[in-house]
Amino acid sequence: MPPISLRRRVTDHVMTGVAVLTVALVLLPLFAIFAYLVYKGIGSINLAFLTQTPKPVGEPGGGMANAIVGSMVILAIASFLGVPLGIGAGIFLSEYGRNRYGDIVRFVSDVLNGVPSIVIGIVAYGLVVMRQKHFSALAGGVALAIMMVPTIARTTEQMLLLVPQAIREAAYGLGVSRWRTTLSITLRTATSGVITGVMLAFARVAGETAPLLFTAFGNQFWNWKSDQPTAALSLQIFTYAISPFDEWHRQAWAGALVLIVLIVGAVAAVRIAVRHGTLAGA
Amino acid sequence: MGVGITVEHLNAFYAKTQALFDVNIIVQANHATALIGPSGCGKSTFIRCLNRMHETIPEARVEGTVRIGDLSVYNGTSATQLRRRVGMVFQKANPFPTMSIYDNVAAGLKLNGFRNRKKLDEVVQKSLNSAALWDEVKDHLHKKSGASLSGGQQQRLCIARALAVQPEVLLMDEPCSALDPISTGKIEELIFQLKEQYTIVIVTHNMQQAARVAEFTGFFLLGKMIEFDKTEKIFTNPSDKRTEDYVTGRFG
Repeated sequence: MPPISLRRRVTDHVMTGVAVLTVALVLLPLFAIFAYLVYKGIGSINLAFLTQTPKPVGEPGGGMANAIVGSMVILAIASFLGVPLGIGAGIFLSEYGRNRYGDIVRFVSDVLNGVPSIVIGIVAYGLVVMRQKHFSALAGGVALAIMMVPTIARTTEQMLLLVPQAIREAAYGLGVSRWRTTLSITLRTATSGVITGVMLAFARVAGETAPLLFTAFGNQFWNWKSDQPTAALSLQIFTYAISPFDEWHRQAWAGALVLIVLIVGAVAAVRIAVRHGTLAGA
Repeated sequence: MGVGITVEHLNAFYAKTQALFDVNIIVQANHATALIGPSGCGKSTFIRCLNRMHETIPEARVEGTVRIGDLSVYNGTSATQLRRRVGMVFQKANPFPTMSIYDNVAAGLKLNGFRNRKKLDEVVQKSLNSAALWDEVKDHLHKKSGASLSGGQQQRLCIARALAVQPEVLLMDEPCSALDPISTGKIEELIFQLKEQYTIVIVTHNMQQAARVAEFTGFFLLGKMIEFDKTEKIFTNPSDKRTEDYVTGRFG
């Protein structure tokens, strides 16, 4: 083999360097934000913060336990409603929507994705709050579910389209009906991709504040009923951050840190669970 | 036991393009029948008409009658019912990638609601045995994915999967085209044994393969069945000039 010219070797190194640099640039903001959150928030995180409800202004201590639980409840409701709907829509788009109806759904879904989140909040206000006559975790969950659907639908569609037609044909060839093939073969084959889409949508809405302002509304006390105003971390952070009190500012930082850790934890837990169920060589 | 196949006046279309023109054929039960011909001549389309896979393609349609045993394929039989009696092996091995070896073989039964664990175990072992794969995979039936096997093993896994549903006819669409000579040899050997229990229709590009495994051979050209006869006759003394040109390598 002839020796590789100096110019080629230099170009190779430069391009590799550029690639590494871009990765660093992408990761930098993420780590910077996380590091800053830890720096500002870790000092206020203690047992009281994780187990107590907020104290009145001026009284030291207190925590965001009710908001942590409230966020979990709202997200659970949102996922319960949004995930099946989103995956269902994705199945329609990929398996039955290669036509004009599918195009309409795709277009509407993309538009819905671009609707400002506060407008989604107004929709949930009209759909749930006006009827119930009061704010509730359910209303907040509905607002977030509406935001999850387009993301999940489009990623599910893309992931199902990646499943080779040959896999579907294999199932048809065994006398398996179309709907069974879709659920047990196509969807199953695309599971890891579909879950990525679900986690993307989940992480995106987990930190949303605007759609919760007049749906979940927030609450300074414990609430275990899904039809009552409910605290959420993002709302609590918002309220505390715009307040004039230093103690509340510190708690807002701590709340933001807890929120990020919860989201990362949830995503990681699902990833590990999925990997655990995957076979060698699959 | 295998059953015979009768095809009369079969025409097949992709949207407005006609792919098969008036095909007539009688396939003998418990024999292997090979279909040969140049690429794009309609062989694959033809066998996909036998288990109604053709119609899964948008805008594709079929005219004519096909009878498999006592079953009228295009008249009063549901496609899913039919496909349980007419198994298919595809050109490229297509095991279900997220399923274990065991689940791949059991898939046809499980997905159709069959749950008896003991019976499933039996069927899986029997099918893998028939496909000459049991000894190679018996130690990691549940641990390994079907996609982790080698290409030749994957194709035999697909054969086992098709056999597990206990069909009467086995359609093979160029089952060896992606395999090396050793794996090909194993599958040809398999076809020999399977003939005792199943009727086999095999599409192949390899004329030696047709000569080796099949008692009957059909020659397709441009969507028409040019000649159908005993394999020996097709390869040594064909009646049609075009068949002779093809088998002697003058074109195609």
